[in-house]
Amino acid sequence: MSFLTLTSIQKSFGPVQVVKDFNMGIEKGEFVSFLGPSGCGKTTILRMIAGFETPSGGTIQIGGTSQENLKPNQRNIGMVFQAYALFPNMNVADNVAFGLKIAGKPKAEIDARVKEMLGLIKLDHLAERYPYQMSGGQQQRVALARALAPKPQVLLLDEPLSALDAKIRVSLREEIRMIQQQLGITTVFVTHDQEEALSISDRIVVMNAGRADQIGTPYEIYNRPSTRFVASFVGTLNLIEAKVVDPATNRITIGDQGITLREPLGAVRAGDTVSLALRPEAGSIAEGAKGDTALSGEVISSNFLGSVIRTRMKVGESVISFDMFNSPGLVPPAVGDVVTLRFTASDLLIIRE
Amino acid sequence: MSIWARIAGWAALIFGLLYFFVPLGGLFEFSLKARRGVYSLDAYASVFADPQFQQTFGYSVIMALVTIVIGILIVVPTAYWVRLKMPWARPYVEFLTLMPLVIPAIVIVFGYIRLYNTSSWLPLTGSVMGTNILLAFGYTILALPYMYRAVDTGLRTIDVATLTEAAQSLGAGWATILGRVILPNVIPAVLSGAFLTFAIVIGEFTLAALLDRPAFGPYLQRVGANKAYEPFALSVIAFAITWGCLALIQLVSRFSKTAPRKA
Ligand SMILES: Nc1ncnc2c1ncn2[C@@H]1O[C@H](COP(=O)(O)OP(=O)(O)OP(=O)(O)O)[C@@H](O)[C@H]1O
Ligand SMILES: [Mg+2]
Repeated sequence: MSFLTLTSIQKSFGPVQVVKDFNMGIEKGEFVSFLGPSGCGKTTILRMIAGFETPSGGTIQIGGTSQENLKPNQRNIGMVFQAYALFPNMNVADNVAFGLKIAGKPKAEIDARVKEMLGLIKLDHLAERYPYQMSGGQQQRVALARALAPKPQVLLLDEPLSALDAKIRVSLREEIRMIQQQLGITTVFVTHDQEEALSISDRIVVMNAGRADQIGTPYEIYNRPSTRFVASFVGTLNLIEAKVVDPATNRITIGDQGITLREPLGAVRAGDTVSLALRPEAGSIAEGAKGDTALSGEVISSNFLGSVIRTRMKVGESVISFDMFNSPGLVPPAVGDVVTLRFTASDLLIIRE
Repeated sequence: MSIWARIAGWAALIFGLLYFFVPLGGLFEFSLKARRGVYSLDAYASVFADPQFQQTFGYSVIMALVTIVIGILIVVPTAYWVRLKMPWARPYVEFLTLMPLVIPAIVIVFGYIRLYNTSSWLPLTGSVMGTNILLAFGYTILALPYMYRAVDTGLRTIDVATLTEAAQSLGAGWATILGRVILPNVIPAVLSGAFLTFAIVIGEFTLAALLDRPAFGPYLQRVGANKAYEPFALSVIAFAITWGCLALIQLVSRFSKTAPRKA
């Protein structure tokens, strides 16, 4: 059994079921992100783990112990909030020491641990500051140190970076990940930012309307999305409608262009429609590009995005976007040009709901 | 703004200040006239020398402190709980705390005397201590509107729910949360409620007189009825106490260490 096990978790607020049959096992020392759109139930699950909400059904176990009858202050779980939630009347050192004082640790031990934690977040020099004298990023680091100081079994972070500006968001998420790996603490991180989830997680749970649509490594989630929702939520993705020509040979058509898929089509009949997914970065229109498969179409737009140029072309009824890396000599395709995109047939994923 | 509007504004302000300060000035001036022909502090000296002044004032100060403690113990947890768990109940609780402004103190005290007289189930008026307790609770009721409002406003400046959860996740129980997290963050608000309570209790007449306790309010009244200059000196002293309280409220709210809340 996993270290943190959620079994058939359900939660209803009145008549509304917000979490529906959620199952997951999280290993000791693992960093798991809950990724999903607003209102899909991420915070609710986190709050059930912390004990602030009671599940309507199902069980939560940490290290083999059921959490059912434990109050939030008995669970030994560290929590970091979006709004920092530092105690305004205490300075940095006292904030970090709070949990240790409550646990009745001796003064010398508390002082040593506070020092260690402030070193970990590189804020030793601000120990005497009060929360209102610090930037958001600094406050959130203190909140992290405060949550970690009592050595919790599990660390929960609910969109800890959403209130910060873009630059700090990136550096702090890397810092969080480094500290997490250094301490080996089991961590659940809630976010609705896919880049954040992809960049720092061991595994990602993509949530949709109270359910886990897919659980997997960032690599799996990005490259092998198992549902249409995951495919469209994570990364930019072309969703292409194709017609089945011959299920036996995996032959399909997009517009009037025939393609043979690698992946078996499964139980479909000739004439059925299937959804295919293709990442914008999977193909190339360069002269002599590699690839066993090609699609041609007319360019309908071409946008300069800095490091890449994103071009959209029309193939039959579908619009397919593809990216080219920017380089000084590159001539972007013009609207109205007919271009041929080459890629490997295995890059075309079949999306089964 | 035109010059005329500005002049009119100043005129209104000056009129208002005169309206307040001329009578006060007269009061003060008269209180200095105890000795024929010269200004003197004789009236004040006689007031301060009066053992009754010392006793009643001391009694009222102690009652005020007791009232403040009872008020804090009742109001802070209540206002906190309402904000945290029953936000829907806030308008009702607020309405309830305003009742003492609507119901005259005389009604409250007659109610008390009826409920707690010597032949009742809880004969509080039967002993001095019991009557003191009754008086303190009566004062608490009178101060409730001010105390509740002050504390509730203070609670609005902090994120009560998230701070509570943060403390809980760090292992804190309710007593710790209230004592170490919530109360310290509303201290300025609690203090301003406390100074208002102090000012109310020091001058209160009805409850103390009808419960027959040796408080400062009834003493003021007695002196006023029987002496010439001393009542005016006393009035000036009473004003000074009230203003002292108001000044302290200003001070605490200005020098409070907590940050203004971010949205
Ligand atoms: N205490 C509550 N009472 C009633 N409904 C609630 C309560 N808490 C959450 N909900 C509802 O449950 C649903 C899921 O909420 P939750 O906060 O878990 O979403 P989320 O995935 O964290 O979203 P976000 O990304 O916006 O934070 C929402 O529709 C929300 O309105
Ligand atoms: Mg949320």
